[in-house]
Amino acid sequence: MSNEGVDQGRRKFLTGSMVVVGGVGAAGAAVPFIKMWEPSAKAKAAGAPVEVVVDKLEPGQLLQVEWRGQPVWIVNRTKPMLDGLPQVRERLQDPDSENTDQQPEYANNEYRSVKPEMLVLVGICTHLGCSPKFIPEMTAQPFDSDWKGGFFCPCHNSRFDLAGRVFSGVPAPANLKVPPHTYLDSSRLLIGVNPEGAA
Amino acid sequence: MKEANGPVVRALSDGLSWVDQRLPVVDAWNKHLGQYWAPKNFNIWYYFGSLALLVLVNQLVTGIWLTMHYKTSAAEAFASVEYIMRDVPWGWLVRYMHSTGASLFFVVVYLHMFRGLIYGSYQKPRELIWVFGVVIFLLLMAEAFMGYVLPWGQMSYWGAQVIISLFGAIPFVGEGLAEWIRGDYLVSDATLNRFFALHVVALPLALIALIALHILALHEVGSNNPDGIDIKKKKDENGKPLDGIAFHPYYTVKDLVGVGFFLLLFAFIIFFAPEMGGWFLEHDNFVPANPLVTPEHIKPVWYFTPYYAMLRAIPDKLMGVLVMGGAVMILFAVPWLDRSPVRSIRYRPMLTKVLYAIFAVSFVWLGWLGAQTGSTLQTILARVFTLYYFAFFLLMPWWTTMGETKPVPERVTS
Repeated sequence: MSNEGVDQGRRKFLTGSMVVVGGVGAAGAAVPFIKMWEPSAKAKAAGAPVEVVVDKLEPGQLLQVEWRGQPVWIVNRTKPMLDGLPQVRERLQDPDSENTDQQPEYANNEYRSVKPEMLVLVGICTHLGCSPKFIPEMTAQPFDSDWKGGFFCPCHNSRFDLAGRVFSGVPAPANLKVPPHTYLDSSRLLIGVNPEGAA
Repeated sequence: MKEANGPVVRALSDGLSWVDQRLPVVDAWNKHLGQYWAPKNFNIWYYFGSLALLVLVNQLVTGIWLTMHYKTSAAEAFASVEYIMRDVPWGWLVRYMHSTGASLFFVVVYLHMFRGLIYGSYQKPRELIWVFGVVIFLLLMAEAFMGYVLPWGQMSYWGAQVIISLFGAIPFVGEGLAEWIRGDYLVSDATLNRFFALHVVALPLALIALIALHILALHEVGSNNPDGIDIKKKKDENGKPLDGIAFHPYYTVKDLVGVGFFLLLFAFIIFFAPEMGGWFLEHDNFVPANPLVTPEHIKPVWYFTPYYAMLRAIPDKLMGVLVMGGAVMILFAVPWLDRSPVRSIRYRPMLTKVLYAIFAVSFVWLGWLGAQTGSTLQTILARVFTLYYFAFFLLMPWWTTMGETKPVPERVTS
């Protein structure tokens, strides 16, 4: 095959345009393969709200319910538990809940709850997603000699107080999340829905 | 000679030459086996390459057989593995061959990598072999992790939860990426199904391709040896290295001895200690996955514990993930970090030997620490060893040039 009389510019243009057109085609063809990994319509539909009756909860007791496949805790905190919260302030990363992603506006207060005693939390550690243990005893623990009650993650030793606020010097970067929730009346709690009027 | 051959031999020889004119069979045989000149001074460290290939074949064959009974669904996976163990004829054996093979794969690969480290096998011109090897190591870790998720026990579930959450630590895109990997808002049936697809189809294909590249690159430049000298410098009149011997039959037969010892150990573990006291198969993985309860003490299988200890030692989410990832990624740079004029540890200064010994001890110790609960003392130790691990590699350009090297011989020793 002879290369004489070949228009090199034209050949370069044809090669270049083929690479571009082919590249765009390949990128387009990759879209369905990448999109297919996203949550399906069925998975999206599974996030329905959960209704819980909470007036049978004894003081100091934790009730665990499932919402979107995750554990959600409802803790009826006692008076000593609430009084213990200010005592650990200095040892916390974010004592005033300044990271507003971790709780809705209506739970952004001293107790991180709508009703002071009723704590509602997503029971998933903000580090790598393990479910921490509820350790309500306000006595020294192997991992903390000055323990005032709270949650301890067995995976990487992250600690949270009884308002789900994260301690300093642990791998978890944020407070435990408060899910959207609404009290329908004095005993019924709906998890997954904001109160009317709240964002 | 031609006349002396019988009709059968003649037919075979004609058949071979018919094929050989159409496919380079003889050529490939000679290049990779019959006339592949390997240094004659290989020692015990040189068994682990061929053993890794043996374990690979074991994993492929037993894996194919396991898929014949395994059910890929969050509802059925756990029960189907127990079904294989109890009701499928010989299913327990094939399953234990696969699970024990996974652990021994890492035993063999870690030793293979350490061999490369002490004899400087990654130095010029073998950088690409090492780089392909690190990619294989990465793929193997992904393969092992996804395989461990398939039985859908408690450790499968929470291990997947933790490892996928690692991606969530990446700023801005992390959460979306973790969700994309899971295919759901939590580890679920969707996650299990895609891990199965990757574990049995995609990653094995990628592994085989990389292993082919690893071996082709090795056979292009030739094997290193415990003396770390280039045998191609001294050749006889036919161009064969004076210190080289044909891979076949010499090393194929030698490797068979290694295979014999290895299979003895392999069989012993399968029959007498398939769970290895919780190190190969963790006790918590005999409990079905429960998304609401994390096991009391969560830890990965032993081959990930050194890196897990590093992750846990860092009191910051993003930094922890970066350190863990960096610990593996740094291996890619080793061929360019080592500035020593000699390859083998035999001719390197005492300082190098001491640093290598401390490295080996600290890596194993990290592995032990990663399996513990993480007391204050253990966390401090993990931090010290993590620091040493990175210092060992990052300061390599300096310490490899320090101290007197011994003269390297012209020809291989014994």
